This record gives sequence, structure tokens and C-alpha cells, in this order.
Amino acid sequence: MLRSGIVKPLLPAAAALALLAAVPAPGQAATLTVGTSAEPSALDPHYHNLGPNTRARKHVFESLVSMDAKMRLQPELAESWRAVDETTWEFKLRKGVKFHDGTEFTAQDFVYTVCRIPNVANSPSSFTVYTKGIAGIEAPDPHTLVIRTGKPYPLLPVELSTFGIISAKAAGGEAVTFDKAGCKADSWPTTQAFNDGSLMIGTGPFKHKSYTKGDRQILERNPDYWGPQAAWDTVVFRPITSDGPRVAALLAGDVDIIESPPVQDIERLKSAPNVSLAQAQSNRVIYLALGVQDTPPTITGTDGKNPLKDPKVRKALSLAVDRDAIVKRIMMGVAEPANQYLPAGFYGNNPEVTVATDANKAKQLLAEAGYPKGFQLTLGTPNDRYINDDKVAQAVAQMFTRIGVQTQVDATTANVFFSKRNKQEYSVFLAGWGADSGEMSSPLKALIATPIKEKGYGTTNYTSYSDPELDGMLDTALATVDDAKREKLLQDAVKRAMDADIIIPLHYEVTVWAMKKGLSYEPRADQYTLAQKVTPAK
Amino acid sequence: MLVFILRRLAQSAVVVVAMSVLVFAGIFAIGNPIDVLISPEADEFERAAAIARLGLDKPMHEQFLRFVESAVGGDLGTSFVHGVPALGLVLQRFPATLELALCAMLVAVVLGIPLGLWAGLKPDSLAGRVIMTGSILGFSLPTFWVGMMLIMAFAVTLGWLPAGGRGETAGLFGVQWSFLTADGLAHLILPAVNLALFKLSLVIRLARAGTREVALQDYVKFARAKGLAPARVVGVHILKNIMIPVVTVLGLELGSVIAFSVVTESVFAWPGMGKLLIDSILQLDRPVVIAYLLVTVLLFVVINLIVDLVYSLLDPRIRLGGGRA
Repeated sequence: MLRSGIVKPLLPAAAALALLAAVPAPGQAATLTVGTSAEPSALDPHYHNLGPNTRARKHVFESLVSMDAKMRLQPELAESWRAVDETTWEFKLRKGVKFHDGTEFTAQDFVYTVCRIPNVANSPSSFTVYTKGIAGIEAPDPHTLVIRTGKPYPLLPVELSTFGIISAKAAGGEAVTFDKAGCKADSWPTTQAFNDGSLMIGTGPFKHKSYTKGDRQILERNPDYWGPQAAWDTVVFRPITSDGPRVAALLAGDVDIIESPPVQDIERLKSAPNVSLAQAQSNRVIYLALGVQDTPPTITGTDGKNPLKDPKVRKALSLAVDRDAIVKRIMMGVAEPANQYLPAGFYGNNPEVTVATDANKAKQLLAEAGYPKGFQLTLGTPNDRYINDDKVAQAVAQMFTRIGVQTQVDATTANVFFSKRNKQEYSVFLAGWGADSGEMSSPLKALIATPIKEKGYGTTNYTSYSDPELDGMLDTALATVDDAKREKLLQDAVKRAMDADIIIPLHYEVTVWAMKKGLSYEPRADQYTLAQKVTPAK
Repeated sequence: MLVFILRRLAQSAVVVVAMSVLVFAGIFAIGNPIDVLISPEADEFERAAAIARLGLDKPMHEQFLRFVESAVGGDLGTSFVHGVPALGLVLQRFPATLELALCAMLVAVVLGIPLGLWAGLKPDSLAGRVIMTGSILGFSLPTFWVGMMLIMAFAVTLGWLPAGGRGETAGLFGVQWSFLTADGLAHLILPAVNLALFKLSLVIRLARAGTREVALQDYVKFARAKGLAPARVVGVHILKNIMIPVVTVLGLELGSVIAFSVVTESVFAWPGMGKLLIDSILQLDRPVVIAYLLVTVLLFVVINLIVDLVYSLLDPRIRLGGGRA
């Protein structure tokens, strides 16, 4: 999920002046205007696997399975599903669902969608990660899907919630059949056909009306929607990527609801009479990663040895961090202290895992490890990617320095930071991970598992850490279809990963929405702003 | 005249080539687009495929040659992020920026010249001093801050004007413009004023300095002595002569307004080229950044050429001969 804000100014007088602003009665004209913090790179639902794109598609295109505000699976176009055996799943599709052009939704639309996903031209980051597990699809009748996977694949329903289903008929794909090696079709719909609106035909609660890149996307209510009708006749999405102007647009009444107002404005927004806030813990954890390379790139004073290879040193650094202080003083309360990679309530969270803060114990451990006088360390961090990222890094640096590890911060803009980090140019870096699947296998697989190309493990493991036993635990969990058993396996794995102190969690970001008084929105852990879930007060 | 234009075009070509090399090398140094573009959940196969498709697996000189090859054919590459031709993306945003820039220039000229004239004719009057003090503020206050203050005052507190965006547009010559609708005009006012402030101060200062100098010239004294109406003296004899520096500077400034309206466009969420540039730099969308900068260079070249031509019309003493350098 790429979010950008080039300017993060404080709005000094914003809330005070808002006292004087006129409050238009909500719900008068049933138009909702949303100020978004980022713009989708295209309207094509399969073009770019990116937060703003998914947010946009969820209004027009639906998936078989969806996630609720707490990221638990719930039926969408599929009414129910079950694992027939280890490698076979059966989905019963909802009947009477109509696409925006009036044609009926059937199993063929799903088949066509899965076929199209690998065939999107120029896709910067495609959804094939989520269709790879599918080995075969059969449709015994138009409203039943039987999906086979090559090996036991418990994450299938989760992954089916990530992509929207397009109309096979609108794209001329009624005859396309699924083939693992590659489906056959004369041509595939272009991204352009979605951007110009001609293929914006989904089953969702809103119909596409118009789109001006960089300025606005306008949607209209779908009167034939199968589910509850949205409260809005018209929805306008306006990208306002700079933080201050986005808040100003809300206060001025230009927009009705905005995403992620800057942390420093939240207190003031709270006291503004015509604004209400909604907030929820997100699925994103901010963490420190400790590199165990043989020659540490940013550690000095240890004769070239890497002290982080010693578990005692890593434990000491974890003990040095005062998470409560970071949350209170730097995150202004818009975060929760983290003790693992996903908050309580998420699938795979292990309630027994805890973290502690103890500077004396930390010093003692450092001395035991042979570094009574500590060493010098440079901590890498982006300064425009996560909420207050560089300030958090500064605070961590002070906490490290307090136990004797002299720490400097190297804060750079996100695109420079990520390039350096991916070349493993930091011994310790600060970053964040949002588990799009809402379950623990996501951070474990990406951040701490040994990089194994074939399995897609360790894609964001830039620490050189490798624990074959942990990899094995993940292997087992990812092949266990029984939900209860898998959760236990993941809980054991997260315990083992946390004991290694390679990825040290700091806090979970809290996502905030600000809206006109009189509107309400159930805050979502996945951070999407969904117009169909915004409701006027009764 | 023809020789002059030809020579200028040849010089411009050199500038464009030099710029493209610099820009290409510069953007190459920033970071690897793949790290920003691709989903962190993507596996190694995905990454490798994306890198190959974007041509990022090739060494820099090879990428540059490929770029030059297609650029000669008018293709500046495909946006990494949006998957559409980069040049088209930039040109699509051009009308919004042009509209904003022209409005800002209009504000600067329509207000700046009379104010500057006044301050120049009556330098010691209260009004003259107020104008000059105001112009200092216009120079020194940061655009970003002024923009936020304008929004706070006119959008949030008074509620007269919208806080940002482009509003309703209407088509003319196949392009969408804001100034043709009432809603669009309302959206245009604040950003245009914000962008105009600096230019306004500049015009005031130029006009004032010119007026003070010209007002003391013999031909002005003579015109006055002849008994010409003061309005005619100011309107013809003074105004025409102070326009030469004003036109030159405004011409150059028009280019910079178009190219560097980045801040105003960000503050007012104005969907122009400047905002596209910022977003593209953040996402390391190299083709779009390069296309933007090349378009900007061309724009500067063309504007400078026009300025030189207008200049020669205003002051017949200036010849655009080919002989002298």
C-alpha cells in the first residue's frame, strides 16, 4: 500500500476557525464526497495490487469472499464455501446477482476473471500471487464452483477476497475455459477500457459514472444491487494527497469524509464542533529489523564482528525500547504498543507472547555478551512513509543510546530508503508491514522466513536471518486446512519468531477517518474507505 | 529574422539533448522503482518478471539508448505506474496548469501595472508606500503558507470559495477548461491568486522603477509642457515605455509559473502537471518525470523565442539580426 504526502504541515488555526464555519445538514442531497490520501493508478481492478486501487475497485467490482471491518472472512458473491477435501473447495454462488449491464453473474465470470489476471499488460504488480494456488476450476452448474489446488491450500478463501470479478460477457469471454498453463482467448480487455469506463461493469453497490485522472471519480448508486442499498445516490472521490489541504477541505465543507488526517491535527479535529472521528487498529505493525550479516554494514566499534548475531544483544535492544512512551509522546495516542506482528483478535495472534521494557536488564545482557561499553550503530528509516516514522526512529535511537549502544539515525525519503534497505545497507532499520490477508502467516512468511524463491518466503527478509525450524513450522501451518489447527501452528511459530528478536515490533498504527458530524463510519483494519459503509445519522 | 529563428532552434536542440542526458542520469541515481512499485508480498518470480518488463535489468547506458531510440520517434516511454504513454499523461495535465498559470499572469498584470504606476508616480504618498510594503510581503511570504492561509480565510472561515480541486469543466477545442463554468471559476480564484502573488509583486516593482525613471525623461516633461492631459501622458508616453522590461520578465516568468506551480497545485489539489511531477517522483515513475522535464524545457525554449519577437515589436531599435551574436 503506497501512501504519499509531500507536505505534512500543521494546521494551526484550523479547528478554531472551523467553529465559525457553516455546517451543511448531512444527507440533504444524497451525495458523499470523499477526500482520499492517494489515487489509484488505474481503475482496472487487476492492474496494480495496491491499496488505493483496491479501495476504488471495492465499490464497483466484488469478490467471491470479502472481509469485514475486522478482516474476518464473510460471504460476498459466494454465499458459502467448504473444503471438500485437502485440495478441493466448493463455493456456492449467490443467485440473482446482476452486473451493471443487466446480465446475470455466474461461475463463468469467476473463471474468466482468474484467466484474465495473468494477462494484464504492463501491470506493475499483479494479482497472480493470489491466483497461483489454483490448479483447476470446474463449474458443475452456473452457481457452483469447484476449485482444486495442487497442494493443501488453506489460504484460498482469503486470497479469493483480494480480487474483483469482472463480467465475462462484457469482455467477450463467455467461452474461455480455465487452463493452469494459460487460458486461451482472442484478446484480453485492456486497462484503458476500464479507465475510459467502457468495461467498468461489476456487480458492486455503485456504478461507474466518470473519471478524471488526478481530479475525481464519480459513482452512482446501483439500484439493482443484491445487498443493502447504499445511502448515497452519488459518490465523488477526490484525491487530496497533501495532508494539510485534505483537512482544510473537510473543514471547508468541500468533502464529507477524509482518510488519514495527520496525527498532529487529530487533537484539534476532536475539539472541532462539526467534525467527528472514527479510528481503528490497523493491520500494520511498525517494527525494527536487526540484521545478522557476517559483516554488519552500519555497526562500528566491534572489530568488524556483528554483535547482533548474539541473541543476548538482540534481546537487550528489544528490552531497551519503551513502547508506551513512543505511543504516548510521538504517536499522540494514534497507535497501540505492539507485542507481536498482528494485534490481538487477528488470526494467529498468540496471547501468551509479550514484550518487556527493562533498561537495566538490557545493560546486563550487553555486558554478558561481551559489550559492556556497547558499540556504535546507525539506524535506517524512511521519513515520509509511515506515521511519524523518523521521529519514532529518533526516539528508538535515544533508547538504544541509553543502554550504551550509541545510535545515529539515517532518515531518507521512502524511495531512497527502500532501495538502500533492499541492498541490505542497514544493520538495523525501521519499517512497517501490513498483513493484507489479516492473518499471522503474512508477516511470518515475508519478514522472517528464510528467502526461498519457490515458496515465496522471505520476500521482505533483509536481515540475513534463517531458521529452518521456523520455516518448517510455517510449511506445516500453510498446508493445514483445518482453521483451528492452523491457528495453533501459527501461534507457535510467532512465539518462536518473537523469541529470536530479529523483527522487534514497536506499535500497531491506528487508522483514523475524520468526517462531518452526522456521518458515521465503522473504522476498518484494512484502512479502506468504503462509501457504501458510510451512513448518515438517523 | 529567419536566420535568428533557425539559430535559436539549433541552440534549443542542444539544450534539449543535454537536458535529457542530465535528467536520465539524475533520476537513475535516486532509487530503484521496483522497490516502490511492486507489492512487498510479491515473490521473486514476480519481481524478476516486472524488472524485465520495465527494462530495468539492462545497464544504464543501454536503457538510455533505448530511450533515445524511441524518443526520436516521439515516444517518451510508458509510465511505470499508470501503464500509459508518459507524454500523453503529461500533456493531458497541461491545460489545467496552463489555465492556472495564465490566470495568475492575468491577475499579476491587471493589478500589478496600475499599482506600480501609482506607486511610481506618487512614491511618497501613503498609497504608494502601502503598495510597496505589500509587494515586499508578496516576495517574502512562502507560497505554501499563503495558500493555506487563503484556504483558511476564504474556504474554511468565510465559506465563500472551495478549498481545492478543479470543479466543473466545460469543453472548448476538445480540451476541458475550468474558466468556462461558474463552479470552475470559483475553484480557479484562490489558486490563481496564490500563484499570482509573487509575480504581482514583481510587476509592481518593475512598473514602479520604470515609471520613476521614465517620468523624469525629457519627452515626458515636454508632453506635459505641451499641455497634454495627464491621463494621456501616463497612458501613452509612460506606459508604453515601461512595458519593455515588464514583457521580458513576464515572458520568462510565464515559463517558470507553468513549470513550478508545483506548490500551489499541491496545496489546492489542482490536477495539473506539477502535482503529477511530485507524485511521479515519489513513486519513481521515471518515464513521466523525464517526459515532464522535456516538455518543460521545450516550453521555456518556445516562450523565450516569443519574448524575443515581442520585444522587437515593442522597441524598434532592437534588431534580431543574424550577423551579431
